[in-house]
Amino acid sequence: MKIIVNGQPREVRSVCLDALLVELRFKHIAAATAVNGAFVPRAQRAATQLEEGDSLEVLVPMQGG
Amino acid sequence: MRVYDVELTSRLLLGTAQYPSPAILTAAVEASGSEVVTVSLRREAAGGREGQAFWSLISSLGVRVLPNTAGCHSVKEAVTTAQMAREVFDTPWIKLEVIGETDTLCPDVFGLVEAARILSAEGFQVFPYTTEDLVTAERLLAAGCKVLMPWGAPIGTGLGLTNVYGLRSLRAHFPEVPLIVDAGLGLPSQAARAMELGFDAVLLNTAVAKAGDPAVMARAFALAVEAGLAARDADPMEPRDMAAPSTPVLGKAVLG
Repeated sequence: MKIIVNGQPREVRSVCLDALLVELRFKHIAAATAVNGAFVPRAQRAATQLEEGDSLEVLVPMQGG
Repeated sequence: MRVYDVELTSRLLLGTAQYPSPAILTAAVEASGSEVVTVSLRREAAGGREGQAFWSLISSLGVRVLPNTAGCHSVKEAVTTAQMAREVFDTPWIKLEVIGETDTLCPDVFGLVEAARILSAEGFQVFPYTTEDLVTAERLLAAGCKVLMPWGAPIGTGLGLTNVYGLRSLRAHFPEVPLIVDAGLGLPSQAARAMELGFDAVLLNTAVAKAGDPAVMARAFALAVEAGLAARDADPMEPRDMAAPSTPVLGKAVLG
C-alpha cells in the first residue's frame, strides 16, 4: 500500500506499525512515531494498523536550541 | 537554582545546534560547565544514523537534556512533539515553543498558554519560551508552569536585552519564580546584565555556536554568568548623577 513516511510517498508491505518500522529500518533506533498527526507511544505500535494514504512521522534526536 | 525537582549549580543552559562539528559541540558544552543542554526531534532518512550518533554524543556528556518544540506553530504540533520527545529522551522536561510570527519567531502566547495547560495536565514539566509580558506570565503559572523563560531578543539575533524595563518588571513581579532569559543574547556582557537584573539563569545557543571559537565563547559566557550572579549577591551600589570623589579629600596637600 502507499503511505507517506516523513513527507515522502512510500510503497510498503507491512500494515502493523511495529512491523513497518522494521521494514523501514527504523526498528532499533531511538525514535518516536506519529500517525496522521497523533503520537503513537512505543507500547501501542504493535496494535496500530496503518491504512492506504496514512501519514507516518518517525522522529529522531537532533541538535536543538 | 531549583527548577521543578532538580537543583542546578550552573546558571548557563546551552543549545546544541549550529556547531561546526560534533567535536566542537563537545568542547563548547564542556567549557560552558552547563548541566542542561537543549535538543530537538527531527525527521531522518531510514536507519537514523545521524540522530543516533548525535544522541550517543549527548549521552556521553553526562548532562541533562531539555527537549524543545522548536518550529511548532500550533498547539497541536507542539503538544504532539512534546509527547514524542518525552518518549525518546525519557524526560518530563519540555522547552515549549509555540511560534506565532515567522520574522521575529515571537511566541504565540495564546497558543503557548493553551499548550502549557495541556502538557502540565499530562505530567510534563514545562519551560515556556515566552515574552516579558506580565499577564502571559501569570497565565503560564496558572497553567502549571513552575519556571518562565522570557526572551532577551528574537532567537538568533544577538541583540541582547532589548526590553530591560520589561524584564526588570517581570523579575520584580515574580520574585519566587525561577526566570531564565532564553534567546537573543549575543555577548557575555549581556548575560552578565541578565544575571545582575536578578534572573536565575540564561539559555543561549547561536552566540556560542556561531562564534569563531565556540569553546572559548562558551567559557566566556560561563564566566559572565558567574560574574553577574556574584555582583547581584554582592548588593551593588546605587548609581548617581554627580561625581563623588573616591579618594579622601581630607588631608590633601595645598600645592597650587
